[in-house]
Amino acid sequence: MDSAISERTPLTSTADNGLKIVIVGGFGVGKTTLVRSVSEIRPLNTEETMTRAGEAVDDVAQVHTKTSTTVAFDFGRITLDAHNVLYLFGAPGQERFWFLWDRLFAGTLGAVVLVDTRRLADSWYAIDRLEHHGMPFIVACNDFGGPAHTEQEIREALDLADHVPLVECDARDRSSSKYVLITLVTHLQRLHALRETRT
Amino acid sequence: MSPASHRDESPDRLYTLTGGRTRSAPDAPFDLVTLVVAESDPAPGMQSEHAAILRLCRRPTAVVEVAAELALPVGIVRILLADLLGTGRISARHPRTSGPADPSGSYSLPDPDILEQVLVGLRNL
Repeated sequence: MDSAISERTPLTSTADNGLKIVIVGGFGVGKTTLVRSVSEIRPLNTEETMTRAGEAVDDVAQVHTKTSTTVAFDFGRITLDAHNVLYLFGAPGQERFWFLWDRLFAGTLGAVVLVDTRRLADSWYAIDRLEHHGMPFIVACNDFGGPAHTEQEIREALDLADHVPLVECDARDRSSSKYVLITLVTHLQRLHALRETRT
Repeated sequence: MSPASHRDESPDRLYTLTGGRTRSAPDAPFDLVTLVVAESDPAPGMQSEHAAILRLCRRPTAVVEVAAELALPVGIVRILLADLLGTGRISARHPRTSGPADPSGSYSLPDPDILEQVLVGLRNL
């Protein structure tokens, strides 16, 4: 354990505000690649387990079954200034993950849905759940060199609202991944401005 | 002890680490990104996981980093941290992201000042 600790890059002692952005996407879409390209640390992996009572009850034995949900996720880190540290989480979009969303990702600034344009249907569920949670998000298409789609084609395939930003990116490229994050934050600022004008 | 040493252990073994508790106290809400700072050095006879946390957190360290470094589920780490907080061996710097907490638990937009700081930080990368 000590060798692992010694490899760590510690934060400055003034760091006092941790922030979260979640990158959601299907298997192999490049979530960890994106995290790695902007992170100041090698992406780390951890997991959370939640045991919940199952719905099935055996009337004869009165045994309540329990199901255990385990979700693994990768994360990286960006020190923004002397106080703020941004953590980027690469999270799977599959069903069981959303049971843990509130427990793990309450207080998240916003989300990036990373999509592979060859497998757009993989993103439907994640987009649906983010809308359900009222979590602002943008969509970033990771360029795998597949056939080019127009923005309109992608928006229609994802049933994406006009106000949700859609950008292309190369998750391997630091400046491209940085641009994705900046697009999300400026989207959040725009939502704020809209809310201010409404009230 | 390797960092991955807890990965393959049975849940039973994990729960002995926490004395059988599966939830941390509700008054100690450790977020994934709450930054933990050790306020004391490990003491002889201390549970090894508690000692490891104190060594890790000599500089501010997020809950999720503690979990990854110790190769323990986040929920277990929250319980261990609540023990250390309760005895004053660590302090916790909780995230300040938004205005007043929404009692319904639904999303509230982040504080605009924080958003501006994030944007400046990202542009300076």
